[in-house]
Amino acid sequence: MSTMAERSAARKRAKLEQQALDWADDRLGSSKWLRSALDKIFPDHWSFMVGEIAMYCFVILLATGIYLALFYNASSAVVVYHGPYKALDGQSMTEAYASVINISFSVRAGLVMRQAHHWAALIFMAAITFHMGRIFFTGAFRRPREINWIIGVTLLLVSMLEGFSGYSLPDDLLSGSGLRVVFSIIQSIPLIGPWLAFNLWGGAFPGSGAFFERLFLIHEFLFPLLLAGLLGGHLAILWHQKHTDFAGPGKTEHNIVGSRLWPQYTIKSTALLTFVAAVIFGLGGLVQINPIWVFGPYEAARSSAGTQPDWYVGWLDGAMRLWPHWEFRSFGHEIANPFFPGILLPGIVFTFIYAWPWLDKRLYADYGEHNLLDRPRDKPLRTALGVAALFFFVDLTLASATDVIGNGLQISFERLIEILQYGSFIGPIVGGLVAYRVCILLQGGKVHPIQRPVGGIITRDARGAYHTLGADHGGNGHGGNGHGGNGHDGNGHDGNGHDGNGHDGHGEDEPLERVAVGHGDPGGGNGASAALGGDGLGSPGTFGTGTLGEATSGGGGDPAPAE
Amino acid sequence: MAENPMVEDRTAEGPVAETGTAAEQLPRVFTGTHDNLDGADGHTPWPDDVPAGQDDTWYPLRDDPWKARRMEYIIAAFWGITAVCGIGLMIVYWTGGQAQYEGALLLLAFASLGTGLVLWARYLLPGHDITASRGHHVSDPEERAAIVESLSRGTEAILSRRGFLVKKVLVPVGGIFGIAALWPLASLGTRPGDALYHTKWYPGARLVTEDGNALHVDDVMVDGLLTVFPEGYIDDASSGAVVLNIGGAPIQARRGQADFEVVSGANGIVAFSKICTHAGCAVSLFNVLTMQLICPCHQSTFNILQDCSPVFGPASRPLPQLPLLVDAEGYLIARSDFIEPVGPGFWNRSGD
Repeated sequence: MSTMAERSAARKRAKLEQQALDWADDRLGSSKWLRSALDKIFPDHWSFMVGEIAMYCFVILLATGIYLALFYNASSAVVVYHGPYKALDGQSMTEAYASVINISFSVRAGLVMRQAHHWAALIFMAAITFHMGRIFFTGAFRRPREINWIIGVTLLLVSMLEGFSGYSLPDDLLSGSGLRVVFSIIQSIPLIGPWLAFNLWGGAFPGSGAFFERLFLIHEFLFPLLLAGLLGGHLAILWHQKHTDFAGPGKTEHNIVGSRLWPQYTIKSTALLTFVAAVIFGLGGLVQINPIWVFGPYEAARSSAGTQPDWYVGWLDGAMRLWPHWEFRSFGHEIANPFFPGILLPGIVFTFIYAWPWLDKRLYADYGEHNLLDRPRDKPLRTALGVAALFFFVDLTLASATDVIGNGLQISFERLIEILQYGSFIGPIVGGLVAYRVCILLQGGKVHPIQRPVGGIITRDARGAYHTLGADHGGNGHGGNGHGGNGHDGNGHDGNGHDGNGHDGHGEDEPLERVAVGHGDPGGGNGASAALGGDGLGSPGTFGTGTLGEATSGGGGDPAPAE
Repeated sequence: MAENPMVEDRTAEGPVAETGTAAEQLPRVFTGTHDNLDGADGHTPWPDDVPAGQDDTWYPLRDDPWKARRMEYIIAAFWGITAVCGIGLMIVYWTGGQAQYEGALLLLAFASLGTGLVLWARYLLPGHDITASRGHHVSDPEERAAIVESLSRGTEAILSRRGFLVKKVLVPVGGIFGIAALWPLASLGTRPGDALYHTKWYPGARLVTEDGNALHVDDVMVDGLLTVFPEGYIDDASSGAVVLNIGGAPIQARRGQADFEVVSGANGIVAFSKICTHAGCAVSLFNVLTMQLICPCHQSTFNILQDCSPVFGPASRPLPQLPLLVDAEGYLIARSDFIEPVGPGFWNRSGD
């Protein structure tokens, strides 16, 4: 297939690579690590890409953000605008607002960059939220991944603050109202509230001249640095622990099936980066977002109807609208209303999210290690709780647009707010119950690969290798399945070692497996896969002990009935 | 079969039994000992991430050079689109830039780049569906024991023998020094002081609109709503107020505030703080049919005819009323500042 020239070029290249790697190894001792890094396996599943999408949004946010920072002027000095946007000509505004108008109308590619930055932030938050949902519903936060859950939730929290600080930088009417509300929320904190708000803003609202410089410093340095550090830790831990995977043929708690980092995964992941960039820059150029020139500069005595924050803050704004008009006054002191929806509620919500891995351990009395994921239907209670939380979140987010929705539906905002107030209780209950029921129904359905009868379809591919499709056997619950099976013959090595007795849990009933093996060398499978046979996770903290060619272990899973 | 030497090798060796020789014959598969089962996580891993015994060179189009060559051309065509878009972007940028063109070209450029990459990875690159061991992600028990020893060697020396240095000296010193480090925080902002209790309204301050025009008692139309500031403090964040002419409508004032209204002929003029008592937004919507002021941020609703008390929404206190007078020239002036703090609540609101 290859010509002489190609072979000689390959030899030359190999020599160069050797020299370069030797040079590095002489200084860093890097070869051992680098080899295992390049060979590292990442499982393939579409839902595993969502976290990556968030990461690539962050990359694009950094790139577009650096461009914007070149032109943004964090100054609250007042200037009179004269520029290409005639509707604002002659109007006085802060330099901050003027510089963003300038980015939008005078800086080349400025508008695309600005809108792409904003879209990227919205998608970033959506990807993080979706990613967290995936982790939650599949139980990927379980031991040993609790630390990464904590880091991930912190990433969510910091990203929210980062997003809000960026949204506030243009000093337009919309974001100015948002800042006013946040000042009020901070001011409402018992004891230290006013002091804290005055220190952050540099004085009474709208703050001293230093305020936008501070906000800018926070937005373009402090929080990005924090995010980069947390993200680095998040990835390093993922790297060390290896990615989780769904149960399936050939997959066990102790192996990992997927693509190698080099070259498969690298190229595919780079492709994902370019697709994320395509969507974000496409939106940035073609779909208008946050047209601050329409809102006008911020003035404290103005605010307009239809005032909504970006979507990821919507749930807090909605809570501000739905919370009853309670204020507590006694002994000359007062706990003002914004404290409850603005500080207490998110405090409780985030405490609950942070604590979830440990609550889940208690709930299921499961303190063991898990590398195979749950399917949401297999943990109905957890799934129901998650769905209830989603309903709560959606209800509050809808509430942040009561005036807009009320207009659209032709009902008064008062009724809509009352509906959503009830909805914040009824929605989660109904949603949770329905989710629970759906889980139970799905469990009883025939589409459950883990409970499928032993056996399956045997196919023969172009290279003569046999594959058993869906030949799964026994092992219910967390991951007691899979072992042996066929999974790793996807790439043509034959024989795949489940001949022996490596797979546990179903000592007797394995006739169909034999068929698959039959064509190859019966004994010669790559025993490795057999070695990973057992993994009874029945008892927390202990693992089965499948070893090379020994039918041991077998704990955990019940063998499925052979049919 | 030469394409897959590992498979052939194994076939040639014959069946591999569950003996130690298996490990010798396939060193990449397994080099650990069988009895090392009480490791920290209880299973015997492969030595590293390197998958064993699998054909690393296979990819979907390997055995079909013609299709592979065609795929190369397809990929090249996609990347060609990216290059064309790049040229287009340069032209757009050179001619002054245009957001829609830039967005469309960027979209197309990145999407074709990515499509080419995906086709490449999917059809022309090996490394799909590899199975490998997860290995250990935890340390051996010996290492775990050793680290405790190392740590306690230090803590022992620090705490047991020199404990007083830590407890009696270092902790208080750190505390004092830490508090000293907090001092510069005071530079961050002015202290609230009485700032939240007062606005810029002063006795005799004329009510001026945003444009700086003083408001004459006859200028305020019935059922109209005007935003005013104290003269000299236009756009001050806490002093904004709304002025209304309620005509002869009966207004139910709060105790002691009945004379805050200016009655002049058929005009009944009242002024309230425009800062919402819930979260501080400008209460800028006016429903003239119900005589209600509505805050657009969180829909707190205030009934003007009932001393601007909240009738719906999260606000729990009425909008403070500004005491009004008419000066000798017929202009509206403030008799004094608001008699209570305006805007959202805070810890010490009712005291001073």
